[in-house]
Amino acid sequence: MEVIGKSVIRKDAAEKVTGRAKYTHDYQTGRILSCKMVISPYGHAKIISIDTSNAQKVPGVRAIIAGKHYPLTGEAIRDRPPIAVEKVRYHGEPVALVVADTPGQAKTAADLIKVQYELLPVVNSPTQAFQKGAPLVHEHLGEYKKEEDSHPVPGTNIATLYKIRKGQMDKGWAESETVVEASFSFAPSDHAAMETRCATAEIKPDGTIIIMTSSQAPFMVKRLIADYFGEDMGKIIVHTPLVGGAFGGKASVQLEVLAYLASKAVGGEPVKLLNSREEDIITSPCHIGLDATVKFGADRNGRIRAAEIRYLWDGGAYSDKAVDVTRSGAVDCTGPYDIENLWCDSYCMYTNHPYASPFRGFSHSELSFAIERTMDLLAQKLNMDPLELRYINAIKPGDTTPTRVKLNKSNVGNLRKCIDKLKELFNWDEGIIKEVNKRYVRVKGVSCSWKTSTIDSDAPSGVILTFNRDGSINLMSGVVEIGTGTKTVLAQILAERLKMDVDNIHVRMEVDTQTTPEHWKTVASRGTFMGGRAVLRAAEDVIQQLKEVAACVLKAPKDDLEIADSRVFLRDDPSIGLHFKDIGYGYKYPNGETIGQQIIGRGSYILRHLTHLDPETGAGKPGPEWTVAAYGVEIEFDKRDYTYRLIKACTVVDIGNVMNEKAALGQVMGAMSMGLAFAGRETFYFDELGRVLNPQLRTYRPLRYGENPQYVVGFVETPQLDGPYGARGVGEHGLMGMPGALGNALSNAAGVSLHHLPLIPELVWRAKEAAKNASI
Amino acid sequence: MASKTITLHVNGEVRTITVRASDTLLFALRGKLGLTGPKPGCLNGDCGACTINVDGWPMKSCLMLAVEAVGKEVVTIEGLHDTPIQRAFVEEFAFQCGYCTPGFIMNCHSLLKQHPDADDRIIKEWLESNICRCTSYIEIEKAVKSVLRKEEPGG
Repeated sequence: MEVIGKSVIRKDAAEKVTGRAKYTHDYQTGRILSCKMVISPYGHAKIISIDTSNAQKVPGVRAIIAGKHYPLTGEAIRDRPPIAVEKVRYHGEPVALVVADTPGQAKTAADLIKVQYELLPVVNSPTQAFQKGAPLVHEHLGEYKKEEDSHPVPGTNIATLYKIRKGQMDKGWAESETVVEASFSFAPSDHAAMETRCATAEIKPDGTIIIMTSSQAPFMVKRLIADYFGEDMGKIIVHTPLVGGAFGGKASVQLEVLAYLASKAVGGEPVKLLNSREEDIITSPCHIGLDATVKFGADRNGRIRAAEIRYLWDGGAYSDKAVDVTRSGAVDCTGPYDIENLWCDSYCMYTNHPYASPFRGFSHSELSFAIERTMDLLAQKLNMDPLELRYINAIKPGDTTPTRVKLNKSNVGNLRKCIDKLKELFNWDEGIIKEVNKRYVRVKGVSCSWKTSTIDSDAPSGVILTFNRDGSINLMSGVVEIGTGTKTVLAQILAERLKMDVDNIHVRMEVDTQTTPEHWKTVASRGTFMGGRAVLRAAEDVIQQLKEVAACVLKAPKDDLEIADSRVFLRDDPSIGLHFKDIGYGYKYPNGETIGQQIIGRGSYILRHLTHLDPETGAGKPGPEWTVAAYGVEIEFDKRDYTYRLIKACTVVDIGNVMNEKAALGQVMGAMSMGLAFAGRETFYFDELGRVLNPQLRTYRPLRYGENPQYVVGFVETPQLDGPYGARGVGEHGLMGMPGALGNALSNAAGVSLHHLPLIPELVWRAKEAAKNASI
Repeated sequence: MASKTITLHVNGEVRTITVRASDTLLFALRGKLGLTGPKPGCLNGDCGACTINVDGWPMKSCLMLAVEAVGKEVVTIEGLHDTPIQRAFVEEFAFQCGYCTPGFIMNCHSLLKQHPDADDRIIKEWLESNICRCTSYIEIEKAVKSVLRKEEPGG
């Protein structure tokens, strides 16, 4: 292959290193009003009154919106008023909007709005939410509009339940000689993309609604605003320029709705709403929390015979995408292991926490922590090497998934090969614990993961190709450039197929929903797979059209023609042929007569055979393919104060085929960095009123330069036959195994079993003290 | 609030703007001069996305008032043209979403000028003030070190 696999320089490189790359907030043409939110200071409270009288007097204030009933919003369940009415359900919830001439005026006025609250009892964890008699987050759960496969239970805090029932549990437990059971939990956290979310909205006199937003889902913004407010879908145009990091957090639709309402309140004038960092962390949707209980039974050879799993996902105050995360958690509930007898309940719970959007890995990094810690506990009890236990239970072709999809050599990667390669790259044979001196030890932990992408069964991806007069090609796809470099990879796929120079392919970075063909959402590591398939189809379309004109001019049958280097030529004599620039807009004979026409290539793709899940057993096909990976983390642990340093982190992932080496490494290592931060430090600290105590980047601390370990990445390449050039999704997978591997390393180091995130020294100290007290 | 007309030296140009006393330099650069390279990320100095150079030193422009920049030489990412560190960022894939990139590059640029022979400790001390959420930092480290090597005498 000529272009695939090469570290082709990203198409967005020049503008990104010169400050010329523009993000939503950078667009400022003409007059644009500023919108500022007033947010709830409490987790759960009744709104007694809202006094806007002083705010109204601030010069420049154009509108204040508060206490108004709008249609309820939400995805699987319509449970969320865009602006709170009657009560607030989470700290940070929008309570009022101020629109003013300048950001300063809007802020001044927002600060003068006096809201009186009456505190209500707070639901502060999904476990508490699950208890009988818990305070209710939604009193009228039965009255909400919802999608068919959501099953909220009125009178409880259950937003939905997905069940997996496979095999025979009695048989499984009977065959199990060794049983382990453990519980795990962690609170919600944040994506912390560097660009805070931003949306602008304008309503033109003819009713056209123009929105610009930092979103992974501009096409969903269009659909939902049309649906929520009865607007004509064709009159909504959503623009998304470059997006400054997303990680799932920008897949939910929230600020766009508020900006639309704000614009409407001022007669359609353009309005901008930009999250402050604090709002971005608590007001906009966060990274989901989880309380999990896992029970595994294994026979004397270490084969897992039975598993009983309960996930209580912390969906927060509104269900939004948490319902889908809960479903995804059920679909791959066991981790990448073949378990014949399986029982899993995956609940989406309402709490008084900020609500959840997807987070890179979409339930998999979270459930992997619970599963992989349990695997280590099982290995310990069986007195078995933890990687060996994973190896013998590894999922493989011929096995079925929890939802009973039969796996084959194409739709699942080779986990055993990943484990073998990990052993080598991670020097597994040198042992788990290595003493440095009396105080420090170097300790290793491992884990595995898998993931399919549970996207809508009819999710589309489209591509349009047009020609320039010089024969170069423009590539337009609805994939949003959120940082992953996917659009560069799409250009590589096209260059490979047309055997042309990738520099002669121009990629449109921005998306607008009026002229760009839809790519459902830029989520779930589907950009390369689906966008790539659409590119291949568009390339095929272009090839046929080019050959048609060339065949006529060259007086040769189409099937005697080849395409390479931006030319169509005779197979047996490449010197006879035509350049794209001579046929891209039809061929003009010397006398002026022209044949053919402007060539426009189109390609479109929808995943095949995806189905809904059976409500009682979970049976069904939720996703196209499973990427698998194996991981290791090595730490240096201080036995005196329980602090530790990250030494080395290793991921071996079956990527199918490496499309762009440096970009792929960047995706995997960047995801590992995020996974280590999630595992080791990032969490929301809540007080008893449900307030998030650390909504700033100094108290909520992502990894910084120099705190990172050495990264080692290995690729296994088992082609996925349906993927473009065999590629598998890989954007999320580096992250997923980090919490489990770090948790296992630290548990090994401290000699206590750790069951919570983040893995901070205080957690180790608490576990050590608890173990000490238990033994007294 | 009282406004004031000030003259700033930005990217080698002399610019006169009207600002409020409380306007940050970041706000003025973006809103008054249209220089949107410096990015707002936190507005309290935590993230470094708004880093610029002031008299050759990196400065978080959200932590400085516009009026404080009078008489100083301000350089934003728009003032750099084809510098070694920009080329290194491209080659090493030291950016992904690109949002933190202008701040990181300005910090690196200043670091390379102030410490052409920086060791790991100095690099860490300088660069830990910026957050990149996409890369693993290894790419940025490689970019910085590739320029350091080239700038070594005889190297």
